[in-house]
Amino acid sequence: MLAITDLAVAINDQPILKGLTLAVGAGQVHAIMGPNGSGKSTLTKVIGGHPAYTVTGGGVTYQGRDLLTLAPEERSHAGVFVSFQYPVDVPGVANSEFLRLAWNAKAKAKGQPEVNVKDFAAILSERIATAQVPPEFADKQLNHGMSGGQKKRNELLQMHVLEPQLAILDETDSGVDVDALNAVGASINAFRRADRAIILITHYRRLLDLVKPDHVHVLSGGRITQSGDVTLAERLDREGYGWIDRR
Amino acid sequence: MTELAEPSSLADADAYKYGFSTAVEGVAFGRGLTEDVVRAISTARNEPAFLLEFRLKAFRIFKTMSEPTWAKVGYPPIDYQAIQYYAAPKAKAASDAAPTYNSIDEIDPEIIATFQKLGIPLDEQKRLSGVAVDAVFDSVSVATTHQSKLYDAGVIFCSFSEAVHQFPALIERWLGSVVPVADNYFAALNSAVFSDGSFVYIPPHTKCPLELSTYFRINNTESGQFERTLIIADVGAQVSYLEGCTAPKSSKHQLHAAVVELVTLDDASIKYSTVQNWYAGDKETGEGGVYNFVTKRGACRGARSKISWTQVETGSAITWKYPSCILQGDGSVGEFYSVALTNGRMQADTGTKMIHIGKDTRSTIISKGISADRSSNVYRGLVQIGRKAAGARNYTSCDSMLVGPKAEAHTYPYVDVQRDDATVEHEASTSKLSEDQLFYLRARGISQEDAIGAIVNGFCKDVLAVLPLEFAAEARKLLALKLENSVG
Repeated sequence: MLAITDLAVAINDQPILKGLTLAVGAGQVHAIMGPNGSGKSTLTKVIGGHPAYTVTGGGVTYQGRDLLTLAPEERSHAGVFVSFQYPVDVPGVANSEFLRLAWNAKAKAKGQPEVNVKDFAAILSERIATAQVPPEFADKQLNHGMSGGQKKRNELLQMHVLEPQLAILDETDSGVDVDALNAVGASINAFRRADRAIILITHYRRLLDLVKPDHVHVLSGGRITQSGDVTLAERLDREGYGWIDRR
Repeated sequence: MTELAEPSSLADADAYKYGFSTAVEGVAFGRGLTEDVVRAISTARNEPAFLLEFRLKAFRIFKTMSEPTWAKVGYPPIDYQAIQYYAAPKAKAASDAAPTYNSIDEIDPEIIATFQKLGIPLDEQKRLSGVAVDAVFDSVSVATTHQSKLYDAGVIFCSFSEAVHQFPALIERWLGSVVPVADNYFAALNSAVFSDGSFVYIPPHTKCPLELSTYFRINNTESGQFERTLIIADVGAQVSYLEGCTAPKSSKHQLHAAVVELVTLDDASIKYSTVQNWYAGDKETGEGGVYNFVTKRGACRGARSKISWTQVETGSAITWKYPSCILQGDGSVGEFYSVALTNGRMQADTGTKMIHIGKDTRSTIISKGISADRSSNVYRGLVQIGRKAAGARNYTSCDSMLVGPKAEAHTYPYVDVQRDDATVEHEASTSKLSEDQLFYLRARGISQEDAIGAIVNGFCKDVLAVLPLEFAAEARKLLALKLENSVG
């Protein structure tokens, strides 16, 4: 589904990713772990199409298409979803209205009919249930006035509304308390399906106990330096990242 | 002569959609301002003696005054002698200098077409339902729709010049009662040379059955526009009024110095909304554009009366405008809801004054300033609680949004409280419309255009929510359109 080949990315002429290669197939869950500053969030933003990042080498194909030539909204319409580590506040914009706008933008791109406020309210309450977020999320402003943990869960609600084929979740578990973490895990598991792929970017094994990954990778110095199964996550949890660099 | 330019499409964000002008045969006086010109305006409009006296008094005071310089706006000196102080479209039938129109058939078809192009149909068949329109073209009111329906309700809604002839006693009583001729430089100028505008009177205990609207169009690029609006809501009366403004693109600056006076008696309310989109000048050079120096003031003379100003200011090279409320009646309420958007080289210095005189008076100020490109956007407001205003309360909220690194936003809130029991609250914030916000929405599949619209409308939500429904959608689109090329 997603093939990243030798990807090199810079921001303000500062290289961040230096030849990252990763292949993700449908139905798979990949976890990417790694020390701070290794390029995890850069990967998320580049896949999403953030204009501040410059791809200096390599490529990304998604379902056989060159992802990097698509505008951010086109990537979303094609079924790519990126959840951000720090979702931005958009004051005054109702979450429900924002989600309807996003829903209709996708519907329009696919030549499907747009939905009105009333019909969308029904869709939204159904998705709120599957995303396992509190019902009052519908009435909140987009991330504005939400706690850090609520913002992360609001990202998951967006994922459940848009139903992408590929979801990249950047530290969705950080800043979330224990009870909410269980809900985050359940929300991601509910999304998991044979035709969907998920990339979990995380620092902690706790989330991986809840959402069992098929593959675990270590991102360090802008490259994938180690890949394995869930035992790799266990070892990282025990020993930290030091042993990888020492090898 | 004016040339007919093609109106540009909505999709072109750089283009000023209303930048065309219309070739219309007209009558105009020469340039310059003298007592003779003031007299000539009065004569041309066949005015009663009291009005000529009013003008002459204003003109004499104007000559002794100098232009205010305290506003945070910069412009080269205005040559007041280079301005044409009167321009009127010629009536099809008559050829005198003061056309009055008895029916739509007498109006130059070009003018009707102009308003049609602006989305303001004047002919009987295509009228906006539920909205009565007074159309002012250059200095003269050309048509007022829905007259009979309003007449049945006892509501007077007509051009100012018509009111001068039909209801001189009302005009003589109220004209200048809220904004005296000596109030300020531009108000004095207006009082001397104003040509037309709208007059509204709502009789006691009457709710105006229609939304009233005046549509101002500057067409002649040489003339200044000096209109006068007077709205009286008698005891227990209610009215909602909206004005819209556009002007053709011109490389020269056009002066617009209007005066609006509102009066509410006991238990009356006036809701006055403005969507101002005068030509703002060239986005890069700042060449041309309207100088919008406007005095708007309402007096809540009666107990429990209410005046509410809502403005969406998106045009003009320079805006100098402070719609204000004098809260005289006990328990009276003043409101000011404002969105001021500046882009290109625009400069706006706008805000309000809430003067609390009566007991238990309340005021609310919600101001949203958006500045983009190299523009400057100033909120300037005064909240004054007088010695007799027991229990007076004010709430003020001023938010600024900056778009791009070169735009400026300033807030100057003045508070003058002469009582211990007053409650005055002020909140302010400054934020940025950031690349990250835009990217976030786009990453969810929302187009750049819709994303800007959503962010800006979210920022202005509290103000747009109080606009009359018919105009809120238009205002939303206008705001998004203006910012489209300023982001990213």
